[in-house]
Parts: sequence; C-alpha cells; structure tokens
Amino acid sequence: MNELIYFFNYVVIAGSVTGCIYAIGAVGVTLIYSILRFAHFAHADMMTLGTLAVLLLTLAFPHAGDPLGLPTAIVMLPVGMAITSLIAVGIDRAFYQPLRNHGVKPIVMVIASLGVTLMLQGLIRLFAGTGSQNLYVDARKEIFRIDVPGVTRPIILTEPQIILFIVTVIAVVGLHLFLTRARLGKAMRAMSDNPDLARASGINTKLIITLTWVIAGSLATLAGTLLSLDVAFKPDLSFFLLLPIFAAAIVGGVGHPYGAIAGGFLVGFAETLAVFNWSVLLRPLRDSLPTWLELPNNLALVGTEYKIVVPFFILIAVLIWRPTGIFKGKVI
Amino acid sequence: MPLLEAIDVHGGYGGMNILNGVDMTIEADEIGVIVGPNGAGKSTMLKAIFGLLTITQGEIRLRGEAITNLSPHKLVEMGMGFVPQEKNIFPSLSVEENLEMGAFLKPATASRLKAQIYEFFPPLLEKRRQPAGELSGGQRQMVAMGRALMNEPSVLLLDEPTAGLSPLYMNEIFERVKTINAAGVGVLMVEQNAKQALRIAHKGFVLAAGQNRFTDTGAALLDDPQVAKSFLGG
Repeated sequence: MNELIYFFNYVVIAGSVTGCIYAIGAVGVTLIYSILRFAHFAHADMMTLGTLAVLLLTLAFPHAGDPLGLPTAIVMLPVGMAITSLIAVGIDRAFYQPLRNHGVKPIVMVIASLGVTLMLQGLIRLFAGTGSQNLYVDARKEIFRIDVPGVTRPIILTEPQIILFIVTVIAVVGLHLFLTRARLGKAMRAMSDNPDLARASGINTKLIITLTWVIAGSLATLAGTLLSLDVAFKPDLSFFLLLPIFAAAIVGGVGHPYGAIAGGFLVGFAETLAVFNWSVLLRPLRDSLPTWLELPNNLALVGTEYKIVVPFFILIAVLIWRPTGIFKGKVI
Repeated sequence: MPLLEAIDVHGGYGGMNILNGVDMTIEADEIGVIVGPNGAGKSTMLKAIFGLLTITQGEIRLRGEAITNLSPHKLVEMGMGFVPQEKNIFPSLSVEENLEMGAFLKPATASRLKAQIYEFFPPLLEKRRQPAGELSGGQRQMVAMGRALMNEPSVLLLDEPTAGLSPLYMNEIFERVKTINAAGVGVLMVEQNAKQALRIAHKGFVLAAGQNRFTDTGAALLDDPQVAKSFLGG
C-alpha cells in the first residue's frame, strides 16, 4: 500500500500539477494562434514576466495576504495579471501590430516573437537577477499530510497545489463560459473561424485582438505564479516551459482550447510517468522474483534532469504521425 | 435619390485594373442583377462596393453619400450587408451563433431578429444548435443570408448566392431574395444562372471586360436578342 501512496504522490499529484501548468500555458498559445495565426514563442517568457510582476508586488507588500489567510502572492495575482495583460497588449501594439498592418507572412511574426523572447529575458534578468527566489516572502509554505488508514506513508499536498487545482478548474470553466456564452467570446471564435467574414459582420477585430492578449497574459501570469509558488521563481523558467507548452498545444490540435487542455495534461503525465521510478512499485514482489533477476534501484525511463526530452519526443511523434493533433487542429 | 450609385468605377488588385469604368444605379425597392461572362469583373464590382479592394477612379454613393473606399466595418455600420460567394459562414459556430454574429453591432435586437430569420428560413430553426459547417449547401446559403440580414441592412450584396445549388434550392433562394426585397431591402447580386436571375431583376447589368455592355430592366434584357445570343446562351 505504501507503494501506491508513493505512486499517488509522485505521479497522480505531480502529473496533475504539471498538467495544469502546461494546460493553462497551452491555452494561451492556442488562443493567440487562432486569432493572430502565428506561433507566439515569447509566451513562456510572458509567464515568467507575469510571475516576476507578482514577485515584485509580494516583495513590496509581504503581508498583504495575512488578513485573508492566503499566500500574499495569491492576493497579488489579480494585480500581476492586470499588469502583464497591459504589457502584452503593449508588446502587440509596439511590435506585432505594425508587422500585421504590413501583411507580413506568419514566419516573420514568429521571428519577431523570438526577438520579443530575447528582450523579455533580458528585462527579467535586469530586475530579478539570475538566482531563484521564493515567492513565499516572510511566510512558510503550508504542507498538508493526509494519513490514509493502514498505511504509514501520508498523501502529501502543498497549499499552492490545492490553489492551483481550484484556480485551474475556475479558469477552464470561466474560459468555456466566455467562449460559448459571451458575445465577445463568440466573436473570438468567429474570428478564429473566418476573419474576413468577421470583419464583414461588423465585428471589431482590433478589440478581439486586444482581448486575446489580455486573456493570454492573464493565463500566463496565473500558470507561472502558481508553478513558482510551489517550487521557486527562476528567471530561466521559460526555458523549461516553452517546449512542453508548444507540445501540449500541438498535441491537442492547434486552435482548440479544449485540445490544449487535454494536451497539457497528456504531456504533463507523460513527463511524470517517464521520470517515475517504477522499481518502487515492484519492490513488494522482490521476494517472489527468481534469484537471477535482481531488481535495480532505479527503473525510470529517463533521469529527472532529462525530463525535457519527453515533450520533445511527443512533439516529434505528433508532427510525424498526426500533425493536426487529437482534435484536428491547424498545422503550424 | 438612388439607394446605391456607382459612377465610372475603376479598380482591381495590385495595380491591375479589372474594372474599367462601371456605372450602376439601384433604387431602394429594386433588385439589381449583375451578369456577364467569366472574368467580366462581376464579383470584383461587388467587392469594390463593399470596400474589399481599392477603387482607383470613380465614385460610389449610398443614398447620395460618398462611400468610396470606406472599410467594410464602416459600411456594415451604415447598413450594407455582404454575403460572399465562398467562406460565407462560420463553420464551427452553431447556426444560432452565426446569426448572432450578424447582429454584432446591434445586440439588443438580436433575439427579435433571430425569430424572424427562423420564420423566414424554417430549416434553420431545427438545426440552430448544429455547427453551420455540417449543413448542406442550400442551408449554408440560408445561414449566410440570415447572418447578413441580422444587421437589418438597407442594401444587401449577394455574390452568386445559388452557385453550386440544385435547381430546387436555386428557385427557393430566388424566392427568398424577392421576399427580402419586398420587405424594403435593396438587393444587388451577381449571378451565373443569368436567365433565372434576370426574371426577378428590376434592373440587369451585363458586364464584359470590366465595363457595362447592356443596362436595362431584367425583362428587357431577357427579350433582347443580342443579349440572349452573347450572354445567355441563345
């Protein structure tokens, strides 16, 4: 039974956490692609930037969360989301909109987003340095140990993980309701379907573009902050997020928000399962195994330090065998 | 004052002129039909009116007001509706959502108009929750026209509304166009099915090589042996 709890802690919980982060990030990538038709490579840096905004706010007001009994970073999250949205819209106005108005090819936009990536990374290091920082300033992360009867090992959940699960559900349901019920949400889907007809219907496409950046910037801040709260803020966070997020968006089918969510969890779980030490699950069978079969100490598919190869592998496999992804999306 | 007026319109794509001086006038209660051989500039003329390509010379007026080279967005606000020949629906949106997008600028009137459109195109009512992309060609055309009508246009531009439809659906669409016109909407449409279209036309414009060849009432064009011989297949 201890082994099952170990599996639950290191696969089910860890996979869900990674899945939530990737899903929220991939939704942003997919939304930007649906509306603006280019792969936005600076998205992971937008996540780091949003997290930095929250970190700076938390450092400035370390006890703002105390009266509410929540981590200060969570209280600062809405403010950070607003700031990042503004920056995202600003970046669009300054860099992407002029290119769009020139009617450039999507690849030019992709290269421009790489430029934005480099610029944002420089800016982030300028303000945050190169070391990692804890988002719990003057506070301690709460860790919950849930005892299961008859087992010595507890199920371990941290406060940020619980918040992450709740916030992800709210974000997904909220996004679903927005896209299917709200007038602007429907207009967003309409523009993704047929931009010319959207214009011919009188839909204000500029407003839709602005809205897309606001949603993408907010979601990026959300995912980045909740991840950093659970681990720590790293200025090079985007390096570890970019590939899995794009893999998730492509696996799910680019242009499908629900596909991006499914893809996020798929990549997240694939990653956790690949680094999981399967030898632990086999340990109870050790005595019944034939003597010539010695159980190695580590039976993980890949070492933790090579975790990043998993989304890379998934990405290549999907691009070769099913480039449209699970939900028949567009081909980037 | 005429509803829509085009005076000596020149224009095209990327410096190449397709329209070489087209004149057109339709009154508020009229159906105008543009016919002519392939490459005559029929659809191009419609797109020029709707601001989708640059007019290099000439003028277009809506109720006397110059609208030359205004953006489609602005023209929709001024009461112009446009139904393109292709890609004229939002395929992944439901029929109902397609209609709602047509009323994007007038959300307050959406539910009243939606009921009217369902009354007008009954097949759409039972399919209202279905993605428009799954509908048959004729029903898609109904969605496309319904979407444009949701903005309560005073003039409706239709680009080959019966292209690729069976004769049964073709007659159905022409009947609808007549009803729309009877309700007080000026219609200007491009048609390949020239004979049938001219039968419902108050005014017909025969274009060739980007210029007016014949302009008369629909009935007179149908009776003109020269038009029949050159443009209506005898």
